[in-house]
Amino acid sequence: MNSASPLLRVNNLSHAFGNLLACSDISFELHSGEVLGVVGESGSGKTTLLNCLSARLMPTNGIVEYDLRDRGLTDIYALSEPERRFLLRTDWGVVMQNPRDGLRMGVSAGGNVGERLMAVGARHYGEIRGEAESWLSKVEMDLGRIDDAPKHFSGGMQQRLQIARNLVTKPRLIFMDEPTGGLDVSVQARLLDLLRGLVRELKLSAIIVTHDLAVARLLADRLMVMKDGKVVETGLTDQVLDDPHHPYTQLLVSSVLQV
Amino acid sequence: MYVAVKGGEEAILNAHKLIAEERRGDTVLPELSLDQIKEQMQLAVDRVMTEGSLYDRDLAALAIKQAQGDLVEAIFLLRAYRTTLARFGETQPIDTAKMAVRRRISAAYKDLPGGQVLGPSYDYTHRLLDFALAAEEGVGAPQATVAKEAVDEDMPRVTDILNHEGLIEEEIACDDDGPVADLTRDPMEFPADRDMRLQNLARGDEGFLLALGYSTQRGYGRNHPFAGEIRLGEVAVEFVPEELGFAIEIGEVTVTECQMINQFAGSAERPPQFTRGYGLAFGHCERKTMAMALVDRALRARELDESIEYPAQDEEFVLYHSDNVEASGFVQHLKLPHYVDFQSELQLIRSLRRRHDEDHLEAAE
Amino acid sequence: MQKSENQIPAAPETDEGYNFAYLDEQTKRMIRRCILKAVAVPGYQVPFGGREMPLPYGWGTGGMQVTASIIGLDDTLKVIDQGADDTTNAVNIRRFFARTAAVDTTEVTDEASIVQTRHRVPEDPMTEDQILVYQVPQPEPLRSLEPREIECRKMHAYKEYGLMQVSLYEDIARFGEIATSYSYPVMVNDRYLMSPTPIPKFDNPKMDGFPALQLFGAGREKRIYAIPPYTKVKSLDFDDHPFQIQQWEQNCALCGAEETFLDEVILDDRGGKMYVCSDSHFCARRREEGHSGSLPDSAAAAYAAAVGAQEQAVRGEREQ
Repeated sequence: MNSASPLLRVNNLSHAFGNLLACSDISFELHSGEVLGVVGESGSGKTTLLNCLSARLMPTNGIVEYDLRDRGLTDIYALSEPERRFLLRTDWGVVMQNPRDGLRMGVSAGGNVGERLMAVGARHYGEIRGEAESWLSKVEMDLGRIDDAPKHFSGGMQQRLQIARNLVTKPRLIFMDEPTGGLDVSVQARLLDLLRGLVRELKLSAIIVTHDLAVARLLADRLMVMKDGKVVETGLTDQVLDDPHHPYTQLLVSSVLQV
Repeated sequence: MYVAVKGGEEAILNAHKLIAEERRGDTVLPELSLDQIKEQMQLAVDRVMTEGSLYDRDLAALAIKQAQGDLVEAIFLLRAYRTTLARFGETQPIDTAKMAVRRRISAAYKDLPGGQVLGPSYDYTHRLLDFALAAEEGVGAPQATVAKEAVDEDMPRVTDILNHEGLIEEEIACDDDGPVADLTRDPMEFPADRDMRLQNLARGDEGFLLALGYSTQRGYGRNHPFAGEIRLGEVAVEFVPEELGFAIEIGEVTVTECQMINQFAGSAERPPQFTRGYGLAFGHCERKTMAMALVDRALRARELDESIEYPAQDEEFVLYHSDNVEASGFVQHLKLPHYVDFQSELQLIRSLRRRHDEDHLEAAE
Repeated sequence: MQKSENQIPAAPETDEGYNFAYLDEQTKRMIRRCILKAVAVPGYQVPFGGREMPLPYGWGTGGMQVTASIIGLDDTLKVIDQGADDTTNAVNIRRFFARTAAVDTTEVTDEASIVQTRHRVPEDPMTEDQILVYQVPQPEPLRSLEPREIECRKMHAYKEYGLMQVSLYEDIARFGEIATSYSYPVMVNDRYLMSPTPIPKFDNPKMDGFPALQLFGAGREKRIYAIPPYTKVKSLDFDDHPFQIQQWEQNCALCGAEETFLDEVILDDRGGKMYVCSDSHFCARRREEGHSGSLPDSAAAAYAAAVGAQEQAVRGEREQ
């Protein structure tokens, strides 16, 4: 792990919905090129954490700092709303569990991928389309479908399109919420393979929330295990999965093995 | 010979003369008087006053006559007149607890202080056409029997009774002296506060609110309503003239009020309790106030931390489409000439068709 | 502005029951304040407390309120709908102001100090001394893409217009060209995305650097916006699919004009048709100047008579 300043730094982050503490006192650092997996069962606060980290839900307490290209480490909630929205569609990407939330279902695949480019000022149709084609082929989509709307696509294709749409601005950090959730096992495997390749090739940093330890093992360098809104164990992925210390992690790992 | 579609001033004037003739109908029959409309079509007058936002039975009757009984058109006439009126000031809020009640029913309690007062109602009539009303000689002067005892003067509102137990949310009289929103003077703003929402609903189209209220009952935003209380009667209108500095009564108005009581499971900040939906209208407009109360409650979803999933809970959807004067104008503006735009579309379609045919020709070759 | 014999004096009897130009002075002041704000922030939609007008929503109530707020006794008003002075709605609005404001009206573009329009920009150039008032049915160019008002306002505030460009991209991907022929979106002063109202895109280039003040009133949606004189107005496009206006293969059958927006006039049920200028005043003036189109003079005269007859008759009556 490099010793340079981190890409993302989180200090004492908590978020409560009314009386319900969804995540509590979470601190960690993420370095450039690193993939962090957040695992735990549903209701453990993973998604709330991801929303807080990705500037889409203001935490009740704590600070989330990101290494902005022009300013260095900056509290993202001290940014103005347009700055945060800009960050979200340029240097960051968010891949939602449900493609419906992350895609424009009525807009063609090409338009979905091109949107971010146009949002930052691209005005050459041919170039935008060329870029869209190049990203669609990187996510192994049939270029013949470039003018079709995602509502006609399979779940796996929708997910690949969502990834292309996010990567087109060459973000440094990607947030993913159960990226393989709801897909058939064979489709999952292919998608995971693709994701692993892209992360390596593009030197992406990523935070991936999943309840699926197989996904975590395949993609994550490091793991954070959550239970009832708290982090109960962290460490290198192999370490955590092969030699779990916390009883809850042991339970998680053993329940996977039983399957 | 080609006849121009372009109509001139003369055509318009002639159209107005024609409609005046049609409005009068068969001149063998006596002309309808405003007093007849006012006295014998009261519920139409009430609806026009409510949605026209102007309490004036004579003008509402005139509008109904002028509009040939088209109530949406009559509402429009009254609104257009209202907008030109000078404002002298704002009255004190009316106090419906002090209403001279003519009708008061509660579906939540069998008996309650002041009792149930059925009053004038179609509720338990058999909907059989009454041919006596069609008879030449008319119905004469029907007379209701006078009750043996007077209506109780003390007629507390059901929601106030629940309030003593703390089982219903307090109606928070926040910012009592602050200005109340007035969307006849200022444009709507979103998110809209309840004062603006209620004003919008009070002016809103009865049919639209009825459909929305109904949709909440059928499951599109269910909130388990009880008709806590519906009351009809006269309330005093008070005004504080600057030179006097205290309130004087300047008249009375007839209003219908509906307080819906709704289940609420509670949220992080609030214990489980009943919540309210509110409806108020000029005159006797029971259906309108009940629908309004259902929609008011549905629109409180944001404030009560409920998930917003259905049309009746969606304030932009409801508030932007409730006004029948706006809706009627915009739907009917499609009658205006659009031939410049249509010509543009013709050009475009022809061009797209050419391209399409060329592409297909190429593909075929 | 010079008065001439073309101007129709106001009807002798105006309605006494209402204030000058219908609206009360308080309301006019409020609207003028909104107009000033709109002029200060070109292309920005200023919410205003729109009043109920005695004409239906969607029929020009926004334009009428703007006109009513800026019109004075010395003004001369021209009203057009679809480019023509004699369409029913134009006649009706002109009648309204003649009745409530007792101002002179005209059909001659360069004699008017205020031109209220629906769906066209006049073909004749306008000057710094004139104001063009547009009637606006839907002021929000993003509405068809994003129905939420709160989100639309954020998109304007943060200048997030990528989505608008996506809709143009979709057109090219599907049709090979941008398939928007009217209400074609523009950027005003490099800052605000603006709907030019349902004018044909043919008229968009006229808005750019236009010498007259352009005011836009949306009554139902309660918004006012403006383009000050000589402001940059750019129609959205792509570098490799530049903005283009409509073109006709024919010229005007009546006056022979080559570069005007043409209405298609159906002559029979066997496909017979001719094209004539949509700007009725522009076309009439050219014919007076001796220009003529492909239609034989006798037929052109008969057509013009049919179109203009009623207006002439009314004018004649008034003069008597």
